[in-house]
Amino acid sequence: MASPQDASWTLPYRGTVGMVCLIVAESAIFLIFVVAYIFYIGKSLTGPTPAQVLELPIFGTVCLLSSSITVHLAVAALHKGSTKACTGWLGGTVLLGSIFLLTTAREWYHLIHDEGLTIKTNLFGTTYYSLVGLHATHVVVGLIMLSLAFGFSLFGLVRLEHSEKLETLSLYWHFVDAVWVVVFTVVYVLGR
Amino acid sequence: MSTTHAVEGIDQESGIQQSRPPLNVVYEWLTTVDHKKLGLMYIVYALIFLIVGGVEATLMRIQLAVPNNHFVSPQVFNQLFTMHGTTMIFFVAMPVMFGWGNYLVPLMIGARDMAFPRLNAFSFWISAFAGLLLYFSYLGASGLYAAGSAPDVGWFAYAPLTAKVFSPGHSTDYWTLAVFLSGIGSIGTALNIATTIICMRCKGMKMSRMPLLAWLYLVMSGLVFVTISPLTAAQIMLTMDRYLGSHFFDTQAGGSAVLWMHFFWIFGHPEVYVLILPSFAFINEIVPVFSRKAIFGYPAMVAASVGIGFISTSVWAHHMFTVGMGAAANTFFVFATMVISVPTGIKIFNWLATIWGGKVIFATPMLFCVGFLFQFLIAGLTGIMLGSAPFDWQLGNSYFVVAHFHYVIVGGILFALFAAFYYWYPKVTGRMMSELLGKWHFWLFVIGFHLTFDFMHIPGLLGMPRRVYTYEASRGWGGWNMIVGVGAIFQAAGLLCFVYNLVWAYFKGREAGHDPWDAWTLEWSTTSPPAEYNFAVLPTVNSRRPLWDLKHPDDPDSDYE
Amino acid sequence: MLVLGVTLVIFLVVAGLLLYALIRFRSRPEDSDREPAQIYGSNQIEVSWTVIPILIVVTLFLATTRVILGTQAIPKPDSAINITVIGHQFWWEYRYPQLGVVTANELHIPISDSAHPTPTYLTMSSADVSHSFWVPRLAGKTDVIPNKINTMWIDPTQPGLYLGQCAQYCGTQHAKMLLRVYAQTPADFAAWVDQQRQPAVQDFEGNAIAAEGEAVFMRNACINCHAVSGTVATGRFGPDLTHLASRDTIASGAIQNNAGNLRKWIDDPNSMKPGALMPAMHLNDHDLDVITAYLTQLR
Repeated sequence: MASPQDASWTLPYRGTVGMVCLIVAESAIFLIFVVAYIFYIGKSLTGPTPAQVLELPIFGTVCLLSSSITVHLAVAALHKGSTKACTGWLGGTVLLGSIFLLTTAREWYHLIHDEGLTIKTNLFGTTYYSLVGLHATHVVVGLIMLSLAFGFSLFGLVRLEHSEKLETLSLYWHFVDAVWVVVFTVVYVLGR
Repeated sequence: MSTTHAVEGIDQESGIQQSRPPLNVVYEWLTTVDHKKLGLMYIVYALIFLIVGGVEATLMRIQLAVPNNHFVSPQVFNQLFTMHGTTMIFFVAMPVMFGWGNYLVPLMIGARDMAFPRLNAFSFWISAFAGLLLYFSYLGASGLYAAGSAPDVGWFAYAPLTAKVFSPGHSTDYWTLAVFLSGIGSIGTALNIATTIICMRCKGMKMSRMPLLAWLYLVMSGLVFVTISPLTAAQIMLTMDRYLGSHFFDTQAGGSAVLWMHFFWIFGHPEVYVLILPSFAFINEIVPVFSRKAIFGYPAMVAASVGIGFISTSVWAHHMFTVGMGAAANTFFVFATMVISVPTGIKIFNWLATIWGGKVIFATPMLFCVGFLFQFLIAGLTGIMLGSAPFDWQLGNSYFVVAHFHYVIVGGILFALFAAFYYWYPKVTGRMMSELLGKWHFWLFVIGFHLTFDFMHIPGLLGMPRRVYTYEASRGWGGWNMIVGVGAIFQAAGLLCFVYNLVWAYFKGREAGHDPWDAWTLEWSTTSPPAEYNFAVLPTVNSRRPLWDLKHPDDPDSDYE
Repeated sequence: MLVLGVTLVIFLVVAGLLLYALIRFRSRPEDSDREPAQIYGSNQIEVSWTVIPILIVVTLFLATTRVILGTQAIPKPDSAINITVIGHQFWWEYRYPQLGVVTANELHIPISDSAHPTPTYLTMSSADVSHSFWVPRLAGKTDVIPNKINTMWIDPTQPGLYLGQCAQYCGTQHAKMLLRVYAQTPADFAAWVDQQRQPAVQDFEGNAIAAEGEAVFMRNACINCHAVSGTVATGRFGPDLTHLASRDTIASGAIQNNAGNLRKWIDDPNSMKPGALMPAMHLNDHDLDVITAYLTQLR
């Protein structure tokens, strides 16, 4: 198989491609929950309606979307080799993501205890908790991974050569944020 | 016969096998991350479940051979058809396709393993566990009626039959969880295959030089992402309904039974394309070798495969023509369903053109390819019939549909799989299967297949619905069902020849060497079986048929591409 | 028909070519060394066998669309007979709202003639899971789905008994949820309607056993599920029994309607149709005898 010397033969990084594949699959799952939500808008037979009980979660959204910026800065810092800056930005990402989760928890507490809305109450309850809950689950998984990365980074174990891997993780986090944009629009804007 | 001459750097004799303690061997297989071993485990697993699913089918055919039979109770029959369908799709067809993909893709693109070997192992083991979980249902928790609590809601588990109130106990949950876990495994393997193909091709193998098998597995993997996920989502919703009191499919609370159908078929239809695309892959590799000609129209074949992948995501509601969707929706889905026949037809015509002007050798792999070509053609045409909504209003949910899809799955997919077994067995084991037994297998199976599935169309045309544990004598379906049942005997006999051949050849088959079929893709350049690292030196390629170039230095493919 | 014809022609042409190629180009011993000419493709051929199938698909699609619109999108004439069909596990409930008739399992409809069309319009839904109404010789099937109303029409011109059955798996006894449609001449149909509109037989003409049976029936749990018009029995979970004796079959077409079968059914439905939702009533022999005698009077 003697060959003329080819110019550099570089194929994409496996981690990125794999993560993109995962994102495609997860997007399809979310899409089905979104479709169910939209399909059932206005169809509840009883119980509280979105307009009655939902408020725009502005603060939580700002925190979550900002965390995309911080994680991007963390990756950029690592590309340049500034591991301390990377650690800082990762910590910021974890913090902002956690705040988002807290705001969701508070919102749910209010809905359940004050408004009497649970997953069993009506179609709105069913589709709301499942969609927002599925997203929140993905936030939790992302936060676990980011916390691990932050922890390793604190101990100086994250270096320049890991930048592609961190970028792969950040892709997942950007996906989680993008899903929130969709959920926010469908549930809090269109659905009310 | 092989005409390859030794190529330095690649040609190697495999080392002498030393006998090792059995426990070491078991440990090695349990902990392996090697794509070849995982591929083989997937395949053997699928073969075992093929026999289990076949036994379930045989029991059903005995029950239906005469009207008002009492061979099994209605409860057991309903479990049988549910388990048969679920087993065959999720624990035979998917694993066997992932198994062959696992084994062949790295070898054919000149790589040493898959992109994520540990994910590979995880995906296999979770799928394997899922199959065992499904069958544990026969033993676990006492169901309401009869044998254990195997699911009895049909493989498509329509709501609201699956609601807690209509399906108490845990039988439906075994179905849901087993299929859910196998879905996780499927997404993992598809992710692996796609990443491997995109990121690990050997030097010089541009996408336009990949074997068509790689293209088809790439499209299949992409399809898996968008097709398994809707089912996963729907199953999460179903389980929430059953245990958290949600109302996704709860018609009493305003929920919709039709929504489950949409979600299921958004999965269910592309799923069958997930299964047929690898079958096309096998045909694409085998037919040219046994026609001694390059595949005709490689770019068109790629385009058609990608086209089929895309269009298949838009046809799902042809399973719902009788649900009352309205004329506009029905019309759209008729159109999409008929359109998919265009790229499919293109593939058939290209295979025909490959054979045309060639030199056809009727070894066993080619026999099964020929069977595939005729049978897939017929299956596609009955599919066009069913795709015409008014036709479907009569024939939907009848034995005509059962005949149609078994024609595709058995007559198409299974025949292509048999071809793949006979073709690549020498590479996997280093030995040739028996041609005599292969021909016995082929002819017995062809006779049995046609007896069963040709005649099965007729009760459908006469009004027999599916999923019935018995029928009235006055409807005139008895004789046809008897013939259908007799065909099962021939198929079982053919299958027996096949299994015997697999085992016999392992010990007594003629040694195969690197390249027993005088083929042209990279897997034939290495030893049979390949060493753990696949290639001594990773190859560089200049065309779609690197071994053709080596064997015909005066007329290489690279001059024409 | 067009679809059938086109697919048949496609099959004959393609299979014919395939067979020809396999025979004509089979390997012969004398050419074991040479490889045939390697042809990699041809753009013109690819285009032609893309365009021609597209044209065929468009033709079939247009023909199909015409039938779809002709079936699903046509207006209902005023002379139509309206029937509400409710699917249950494992029987069929029929209500004729304008005629005041309620019955089960055996559907009676008038035949139609082109001069005075009287098609039957079915408005259908389910009380539990999804079913499907399929009488092949009358029409294609339409699913019967809870929380959804589907409509279809049938328009027979020949009197007779048309058989069918549920065509969507609905549970254990899906196979025995049979359909019996009696298409009758207008005169016969009118007579049937008249009879069905009468309340249940109350005068048993001296048949003391039947009279006792009525009393026992009305004291038992039977009335929770079954309705007998003009009595305290107003249950709707099971079939209406007002004119049970006028039907040829019981258990949704699965069992011949005679005294012996009826008695066995009431004693233990699961012995005859395992999985049927009617529980064994655990009546003693005497009660079984008298109730059976009563029900056989309900013409």
